[in-house]
Amino acid sequence: MEGIIGYGAYIPRNRIKVEEIAKVWGADASSYKRGLMLEEKSVPSPDQDTITMSVEAAKNALRRAGIDPVDIGAVYVGSESHPYAVKPSGTVLAEALGATPEVHTADFEFACKAGTEGMFVALSLVKAGEIKYGLAVGADTSQGAPGDALEYSAAAGAAAFIFGQKNIIARTLDTYSYMTDTPDFWRREYQYYPQHGGRFTGDPAYFSHTKGAAKGIMKKAGMKPVDFDYVIFHQPNGKFPFRVGKMLGFNEKQIEPGWLVNRLGNTYSGSSPLGLTATLDISNPGDRILIVSYGSGAGSDAFIFEVTERIDEVRDMAPKTRDLLDKDKNYLEYGEYAKFRQKIRKAN
Amino acid sequence: MTTPSRYWREIPQRYRLEANKCSKCGIKFFPPRLICPECKNRELEKTKIAETGKIITYTVIRVPPHQFVDQAPYAVGIVELDDGFKLTAQIVDCDFEDLKIGQKVRIEFRKIFDEGESGILCYGYKFVLDE
Ligand SMILES: [Zn+2]
Repeated sequence: MEGIIGYGAYIPRNRIKVEEIAKVWGADASSYKRGLMLEEKSVPSPDQDTITMSVEAAKNALRRAGIDPVDIGAVYVGSESHPYAVKPSGTVLAEALGATPEVHTADFEFACKAGTEGMFVALSLVKAGEIKYGLAVGADTSQGAPGDALEYSAAAGAAAFIFGQKNIIARTLDTYSYMTDTPDFWRREYQYYPQHGGRFTGDPAYFSHTKGAAKGIMKKAGMKPVDFDYVIFHQPNGKFPFRVGKMLGFNEKQIEPGWLVNRLGNTYSGSSPLGLTATLDISNPGDRILIVSYGSGAGSDAFIFEVTERIDEVRDMAPKTRDLLDKDKNYLEYGEYAKFRQKIRKAN
Repeated sequence: MTTPSRYWREIPQRYRLEANKCSKCGIKFFPPRLICPECKNRELEKTKIAETGKIITYTVIRVPPHQFVDQAPYAVGIVELDDGFKLTAQIVDCDFEDLKIGQKVRIEFRKIFDEGESGILCYGYKFVLDE
């Protein structure tokens, strides 16, 4: 048997409100807030990136796992904002944790799905008996072009999971993936900001793949929406997860604990993984959780977890995700935000 | 200018706060040493320093060295860690008014500086305020 033996989150403390962004571009804040169900989003400090947030989230996962990092056989970082174009994020993470040199490391990239990709591979290696423990992190410090709709949602955060065969917190009941080639969102080499297909990102992209993966895994596992205590969908905005949940037959109570996007924004590769950490924080032994990621380009990974009694022992060993989201916030004005995110052109 | 080789050599102490300890007289060293200066012993055991402590003193840097120009103004503090070590590092993500001697802090992994647009990224420890 295999599953999650440790999980951890990290969210930077800076926030910017939808009103503050809308003011600069002459946009109507209330229509964005209503249309996207967004209030504010997280912003990394200038000295934070996918690597630094991955280290902090992974350390929190290690606190809950209570293992020696030397025994981690695989370290995977999923992100679309790896700080280097060429040079892995995973080696820095593995080194910072003390998992080197006997470790397999790789960086994954698949828009917002890269985090669950790493989870799928780490879990599979544990299941195959190739490694004792596997660590997977989903992290991003994503950028939307100034004034673009994405600027209201592109946020920063990281979630880390350690998989193993003993001392499991949430055992894996099933996994499933659903992919097609769908050009709904992309960024070419050397381009700073991504492009997206506007409304095309909805039905043929997010909804089609999320539904495909959710239906596929439930059919494979012989389960129905009522069999789950909680469900987490990818959260590009506040509305999509509720809409797809309704289409599939889930209710709001199943979605709400892992729904962080209204005050977090879209953390891309960290989005549904952070939803899972927040859900584990409030879950009880025996609870069944479905998580379905989505990444443009396009595809979804789905996992079914069943929470064990060990959740009660480890829950308080690291900061809870909702506390990271709600406590000790620092609100930025647009000027500071633009400086933090290096949107200001300076003299050389 | 930090060369990749110098940065690389310091990774164990910068990333993992690795220290070492004299197997004879028990003194801990951070950064780690090759020989104990007290007893000239060369057998030093690997250990780590604490990740939490209290501010002993601090200052706000407004005219920094060139790699840190974009970060100014920023706070630098000397912190007494819970195991007695004194460590100098930036204190980040805080309002300068909130800095106090005796304030509890903890270490977070951060980018220390980058070598321009095309050079290496240098990571290491900084302090953030602890509740
Ligand atoms: Zn000695």
